[in-house]
Amino acid sequence: MKAKRKIRVLAAKPGLDGHDRGIKVVASALMDAGMEVIYTGLRQTPQQIVESAIQEDVDVIAMSILSGAHDYLFPKVMELLREKGVEDILVLGGGIIPEEDIPILREAGIAEIFGPGTKTKEIVRFIEDKTQV
Amino acid sequence: MSEKNPDRSLREKFEDWSGKVEKGLSKRPERKEAFVNSSGIPIKRLYTPLDNVEIDYPSDLGFPGEYPFTRGVQPTMYRGRYWTMRQYAGFATAEESNKRYKFLLEQGQTGLSVAFDLPTQIGFDSDHEMAMGEVGKVGVAVSSLRDMETLFQGIPLDKVSTSMTINAPAAVLLAMYLAVAEQQGVAYEHLKGTIQNDILKEYSSRGTYIFPPIPSMRIMTDIFAFCSRNVPQWNTISISGYHIREAGSTAVQELAFTLANGIAYVEAALNAGLDVDTFGPRISFFFNAHLDIFEEVAKFRAARRLWAKIMKERFQAKNPKSMMVRFHTQTAGCTLTAQQPTNNIVRVAFQALAAVLGGTQSLHTNSMDEALSLPSEEAVQTALRTQQLIAYETGVSDTTDPLAGSYYVEKLTKEICQRVEAYIQTIDNMGGAPVAIEQGYIQKEIQESAYTYQREIEQEERAVVGVNRFQIQDEKPNNLLRVDPAVRFSQIERLKQLKAERDHDRVKNSLAELKKVAESDENLMIPILDAVKAYATLGEICDVLREVFGEYRQVTTF
Repeated sequence: MKAKRKIRVLAAKPGLDGHDRGIKVVASALMDAGMEVIYTGLRQTPQQIVESAIQEDVDVIAMSILSGAHDYLFPKVMELLREKGVEDILVLGGGIIPEEDIPILREAGIAEIFGPGTKTKEIVRFIEDKTQV
Repeated sequence: MSEKNPDRSLREKFEDWSGKVEKGLSKRPERKEAFVNSSGIPIKRLYTPLDNVEIDYPSDLGFPGEYPFTRGVQPTMYRGRYWTMRQYAGFATAEESNKRYKFLLEQGQTGLSVAFDLPTQIGFDSDHEMAMGEVGKVGVAVSSLRDMETLFQGIPLDKVSTSMTINAPAAVLLAMYLAVAEQQGVAYEHLKGTIQNDILKEYSSRGTYIFPPIPSMRIMTDIFAFCSRNVPQWNTISISGYHIREAGSTAVQELAFTLANGIAYVEAALNAGLDVDTFGPRISFFFNAHLDIFEEVAKFRAARRLWAKIMKERFQAKNPKSMMVRFHTQTAGCTLTAQQPTNNIVRVAFQALAAVLGGTQSLHTNSMDEALSLPSEEAVQTALRTQQLIAYETGVSDTTDPLAGSYYVEKLTKEICQRVEAYIQTIDNMGGAPVAIEQGYIQKEIQESAYTYQREIEQEERAVVGVNRFQIQDEKPNNLLRVDPAVRFSQIERLKQLKAERDHDRVKNSLAELKKVAESDENLMIPILDAVKAYATLGEICDVLREVFGEYRQVTTF
């Protein structure tokens, strides 16, 4: 039971993409909603993201990519999590993700993809629903 | 307008009128209690000559082509020649991008603008581990001179002007371009174009940095010095507010942080012993055109007035060309919506109109599908047509600075100037832009504005048609451009082949020489040019520089 503990989120920018406006706005909104957010900064490899997530004992990983590298990097993070035997972290993606890629990413284990125009409170609600025990 | 004592009767009449209007408001209230633009400037119900009494026409506005250039940098502006229509493009391989460039030139585009992929922008070859998933995605992959040869195959470099969005490894990509020109038999002095070469905004807003600030500024000034002697028509820097705005800043912040970076570059070049009137005329700018048409026009006019003053008064420039803000504009990518994407055509048209009314020298119009993916050829064509339509059909370019003298626009230009000057003062007090970035001040300012903007949208104080107003359930378009992941493998093959064919000793020696020069204070351009011509790769060259200069670690403001 994780009762009372604040929801811990790793906000991450995988790959080389420098667009961090979205992830920072989401991070601010999650903090305002009472979550603890650790922001990785830019240029994280999937290995670094998985290591940080384990080390920081987070409940959620929220990743954002606008460069189009989500097709490789998002599934790679899921693969590494599975290799480490981690199955209880909720993994979310955002950015410029073409509609047709979403089913593939879901299949890889990404719980939800939030595209442009998403309200931050939708993300908050989603995380709160999914992390409730 | 220069009267210090405005016509008393006008003031009295205005007050009478205002009183009547106020009384009527209880019955017919205005849409909002307060009207405020993105920069936090309150917008009045009405502007009159009373708002312009502080404005002195000769010293604040002047004439086009003359100090302080508020009205434009050329005397005849678009009556002489339209702005350069320049669509930022590049994806996948050099062959694919070369085809897109030829398509755009056939469509009447008048200049090229090269988008490089992220590994190239960060100095990694396509076969680097960090390049996994990124090769050819947001631009073209260029790992060596061989890729650059392919990119410009059949495009005569003395006939086009080429802008390259490249910053940390700008010296290397410029060297490659020079080498291609040599192969085509085009002399350096006939080359026209721009490298972005604006590293400070990479730390604060765009993210494609490699080296720490001090060596980065040295590479930049080495480029200034080399080009002033050898490539005199080249714009050696494009100081960019675009990405600051995209990262979420207001219009005033965009201009303030851009000019503060500009001041830091001029200081660096002066410290390197260069003469302000040698490099000053080759400085160019790059701004964003957002949605508030009047705020944007006032911003462009304010940019010209402020920079002219900075160059003249602060840096004692003598050549008027050193004082001119010549700028490229791109419409605001961050305003494009994934919902009802055809609406984006209209947004882009308004933004492009603001850029033209503001006197831009070149323009990129975004494509309607860019909130969904990289732009398709069809969408790019419509975007280009949008600016052609403004040029050829609307008549807005038949006179210069047509909004000048609007009570509103003049007042707004003045207010933006004042607010920007206050920011620059704050940044000066901190020790200049590099210090302000190191302390995370600029990042924090931008971040706060971005969050405010998002909250305004979510609380529906800021309308976004199709997102929080007039929504429909729409089908997503399905003719989006996709980059084949196999691009990475073909790039890796090409690199293998190159490494097998080139003169190994020449590569080794040129890289050794580069290292020696990097450790000294001699100009880096010459050994970089030699290494490029020896077909040393971008990654190899940047690795030598990484070894000598180290790598930058980002300041995160959370």
